[in-house]
Amino acid sequence: MLETSHLKCVRGNRTIFRDVSFAVRPGDCFRLTGPNGSGKTSLLRMLCGLLSPTFGTIHWHGTNIQTLGEEYFSAIAYLGHRPGIKDELTALENLRASCGLAGIQISKQTAAAALERMGLGGRMNLPARFLSEGERRRAAIARLAVGRSSLWLLDEVLTSLDRTAVESIQLLIEDHLAIGGMAIVATHQELKLSAGQSRRIELAA
Amino acid sequence: MVMSKWYKYASPVNLYPLANRMIPWFAIPAAILLIAGIYVGLFVAPTDFQQGDVYRVLFVHVPAAWMGMLLYILMALYAAIGWAWNARAASMMASSLSVTGALFTFLSLITGGLWGKPTWGTWWVWDARTTSTLILLFLYIGFISLQSAIDDQRRADRAGAVLAVVGVINVPIIYFSVQWWNTLHQGATIRIASVTTTMAAPMLVAWLIMLAACWLYSVAVVLSRLCCIIGEREQMEALR
Amino acid sequence: MKSASYFVMFRWLLWREVVLAWRRKSDVLSMLAFFVIIASLFPLGMDPDSRLLRTIAPGVVWVSALLASILGLGRLFASDFADGTLEQLMITPQPLILIVTGKILAQWLVTGVPLVLISPLLGLQFDLAPGGTRMLAVSLLTGIPVLNLIGAIGSALTLGIRSGGLIVTLIVLPLCVPVLVFGAGGNLSLVGAVLALTLVFAPWAAAAALKISVE
Repeated sequence: MLETSHLKCVRGNRTIFRDVSFAVRPGDCFRLTGPNGSGKTSLLRMLCGLLSPTFGTIHWHGTNIQTLGEEYFSAIAYLGHRPGIKDELTALENLRASCGLAGIQISKQTAAAALERMGLGGRMNLPARFLSEGERRRAAIARLAVGRSSLWLLDEVLTSLDRTAVESIQLLIEDHLAIGGMAIVATHQELKLSAGQSRRIELAA
Repeated sequence: MVMSKWYKYASPVNLYPLANRMIPWFAIPAAILLIAGIYVGLFVAPTDFQQGDVYRVLFVHVPAAWMGMLLYILMALYAAIGWAWNARAASMMASSLSVTGALFTFLSLITGGLWGKPTWGTWWVWDARTTSTLILLFLYIGFISLQSAIDDQRRADRAGAVLAVVGVINVPIIYFSVQWWNTLHQGATIRIASVTTTMAAPMLVAWLIMLAACWLYSVAVVLSRLCCIIGEREQMEALR
Repeated sequence: MKSASYFVMFRWLLWREVVLAWRRKSDVLSMLAFFVIIASLFPLGMDPDSRLLRTIAPGVVWVSALLASILGLGRLFASDFADGTLEQLMITPQPLILIVTGKILAQWLVTGVPLVLISPLLGLQFDLAPGGTRMLAVSLLTGIPVLNLIGAIGSALTLGIRSGGLIVTLIVLPLCVPVLVFGAGGNLSLVGAVLALTLVFAPWAAAAALKISVE
């Protein structure tokens, strides 16, 4: 369970947001909304541990994430603006390498299955620079399918995706929530999840 | 508790008036000692048997070199404190110290040349001390350029801190390596004979006065620059 | 089991770095070309008397290696920073110090070792005796890791800054003076000592610098 309390973000000379508090429990999906520049990316990066809050705390199962360090990292998966894909590696290699770097060895079959699920069946052995923007994003999302993280932090993950892709991601998130996972998704688009609706965190400008 | 009274100065807004008030207390004695030191150095200290009157440049050169070294260590210390305790005021002190330290180091190199030319006929000598001082100047330049190249103030402060700490650890190693390099190439370089074998009392007095003057001057100038830095940064934060 | 996951991580890190370097050979090859060109410029700038060349050879080769290593720093963190993989590396459940050490090791394998392998060619250009060439190669072998380690700190500090390449040079060069002096001077034990010290501090400093730069 994730709990944030009175988070404040100051970048340069501007206060981006202040006094943001919420709790995420297993099965919850939060949709993070707000105008451009309201700090959605900064909030997600704070929840990842990449950015330290100017004020406020973030607790995972009752412990501050700064104390937890690597233990917390094994529980989260983050997809940022840039997909985190190396252009010279194939989608398959990218997926196996990301898991490998997290210390998890997955077989070619498992990786291939995940990529197929994301609609990259025929193109997983091409160097990623030959994939379109949307395909690269889908290759990055495949990481979520094979990972074992309970909290997904997704930043504008639906951009550049067509309707089929959006549907498969929604399915992915639903399955994840059904087994007790949590997700915080920053997106302008509506998330249509079958099991209940997602709650919202609105960041005012 | 006494400590809590001082904690308020960790905030730059509170530090500004204190620093501002302190400046004249250092600037005026610095000016007095500077004049006294120059007077003693130029007129009271006797002409050196071997080097004539040229050695008087050392009254500026040696204190400047020491200040360059001292201020680097202080700068690294403040930067480290600013990084470890997230204390903006300490980081500002480090940035302020960097410029003064660099200037003193540069001054010591110039005065070293002014001394070297009449003494050995060259403006520059590749000996251990001069070369180490030159590298110290490069370390200062690295710190200052890094901080000025980073737009985000907090990142600039912390990046500078990492660089300063790495630099301060490296300084003894650099010094040792330059010494070693110097002894390796004995033939090509001129050894600086110790100037302080027998020092007449007025010479020692002049040196100490000049050192004290440099020290007081540094404090005054660093505090003054600190006030400028606080003014600049806090003004931007007030717009939040 | 933590150590098993460390092993998996290290293996994949090295694999990834080597494959990336192989598929983008131009990065490494241009750095090696730079190394040779810089060293070759020195005789052109002076009287190529062979006795003089033999004397300046260690210094020239070492300075060229230093400059070439700095040139090669772009591929260490900057490219990962640009495509978002650096962030992912920083939120893996592995200690960042280990990841940084792995990246520096890979950097050495991919850029440092080739420099050492080419150095005998330069030795020939400068008319060094075989003993001198061997000594130079060994000193480069022990000393270039130090350049990579210190370079990593500089590279991590300057991520994403405009004119970062120039600033990296200003930061890293003074810190490399000891290894330059000892390496060109031929004292291997002192180079080894600097290497040992740098191995202890540099990964930690580079990891701290990455966290600062990525915020």
